[in-house]
Amino acid sequence: MDLKLFIQAAYLLASVLFIVGIKMLGKTTTARRGNTLSAVAMLIAVLVTLLDSQVLSFTEIFITILIGSAVGTYAAQKIEMTQMPEMVGLLNGFGGASSVLVAASEYWRQAHNDGLTMDAIVAVTVVLSVIIGAITFTGSMVAFGKLRGLINGHAITFKGQHLINAIILLVILVLSVLVVLNPNIEIWMIGVLFLGLLLGVLVVIPIGGADMPVVISLLNSYSGIAACATGFVLNNQVLIIAGALVGTSGIILTQIMCKAMNRSLANVLMGGFGQTVGTSSTSGDDIVVKEIGVEETAMLFDSASSVIIVPGYGMAVAQAQHVVKELTDLLEKKNIKVKFAIHPVAGRMPGHMNVLLAEANIPYDKLIEMDEINDEFANTDIALVIGANDVVNPAAHTNPQSPIFGMPILNVDKARTVIVSKRSMNAGYAGIENELFGYPNCLMLFGDAKSTMAKVVGELKEL
Amino acid sequence: MNAETLIILLYVLVLASFVGFELIAKVPPTLHTPLMSGSNAISGITIVGAIVAAGPAGFPVSKVLGIAALFLATLNVVGGYVVTDRMLRMFKKKK
Repeated sequence: MDLKLFIQAAYLLASVLFIVGIKMLGKTTTARRGNTLSAVAMLIAVLVTLLDSQVLSFTEIFITILIGSAVGTYAAQKIEMTQMPEMVGLLNGFGGASSVLVAASEYWRQAHNDGLTMDAIVAVTVVLSVIIGAITFTGSMVAFGKLRGLINGHAITFKGQHLINAIILLVILVLSVLVVLNPNIEIWMIGVLFLGLLLGVLVVIPIGGADMPVVISLLNSYSGIAACATGFVLNNQVLIIAGALVGTSGIILTQIMCKAMNRSLANVLMGGFGQTVGTSSTSGDDIVVKEIGVEETAMLFDSASSVIIVPGYGMAVAQAQHVVKELTDLLEKKNIKVKFAIHPVAGRMPGHMNVLLAEANIPYDKLIEMDEINDEFANTDIALVIGANDVVNPAAHTNPQSPIFGMPILNVDKARTVIVSKRSMNAGYAGIENELFGYPNCLMLFGDAKSTMAKVVGELKEL
Repeated sequence: MNAETLIILLYVLVLASFVGFELIAKVPPTLHTPLMSGSNAISGITIVGAIVAAGPAGFPVSKVLGIAALFLATLNVVGGYVVTDRMLRMFKKKK
């Protein structure tokens, strides 16, 4: 059989496996096999590409793949589950950078091949690939830096920011047209690349830490679109199909995150959220809270018959998930029903909290989504809020002045008793006071989540 | 590339996007993080492009760019798949 045809057929098989793999990733029971299947698809795609008659430098390719695989595997094994968003952000960036480099390589080859002029369609695809890839790369790096704490996680805004971004985009468009009209003038191409890189930085810096789930999802989508664009450059369908799957996946997750925060995508991208405390803080000073100690907490639990635990990112930061698991087991032994209520934006990326709890061996069928569990709070004895704040703030329902007004929240205030485990009275990630803490049925359990929960577990064992 | 090829590629893009929307919309929130890191690994499919770019003899600049692309794409692919598998291994149902 013709080698070219064989390669194309293998790409087709890889595309099918990618699609089936993603489909299987949608069910907890088959997800792991789905991921393996998609990895197999990738392997097939890589292997047949090596058969391409143009590919000659095998030694360099093998060594590069070997080193890349070793580093990738090491990092993937070492990473803490709390750091998943950083990892995804970083890998997104690498994907984007890779797209840029492939397009640049192709551009160089075509622009320097004497007697061959780059045709307009190829030039358009190269330019698109460079722009999207560049924005993905630097945008992801900034997101990574913010999540890692290497750069200020708060929104960085300055006057005329949007105007500057708009001008840069306009200049990029003009340069792109020039490149397409006259592909052999490198300086224009280099201009597109640098402005693309700059724009990536500028669009992510005004976005605050609380909005990182949206940004990570969006950049994930970009990395897929970048791969798509590269597919157009190389006239390669498997890149387009795989890229489209990732692109749509990122877009859907972005929409889900925006909905969960009751914000429009445009609003998130404009940035600056988390800076405006404004009018909502007026009632903040006169909140009177009731404190509770570990002993009383244990006694309350002992007399309860149903408990819903609302975990937030603060729980994971305090590394309290394992002691929470212990508490869950203990309560269940006492025949108390325990469930977990998961807000869509709990954690720092979509579904992050589920992974953190899974790591602590908490079975996934105990983790209930917001829409399903919200009616249950009214029939629940105790809602235990650990390290969550904004997602349980009733101001989202009651205070039209609040920046989070309209955001869907977990209705913990409907439970008979709410116990909030919190380090101090500091405001949440969004920088807003939480009026829940002043409610008559709300008790504050101050202290580090891990040690207070450990003490509660100790007390419970003695009861 | 002629306009005909472009149209075919656009067909592929549009249809694949529809498939993507159909499939991803059904994924439950529990699996959103693995979905993201798994699809992230898939976006490393540029590795194919990187091999094509790094492959041919001649044009040393193109080759260096291709090798750099290959390294980053490999990191993306391998890191993405391994970390996704590590996460999915942890998802257990009640015994």
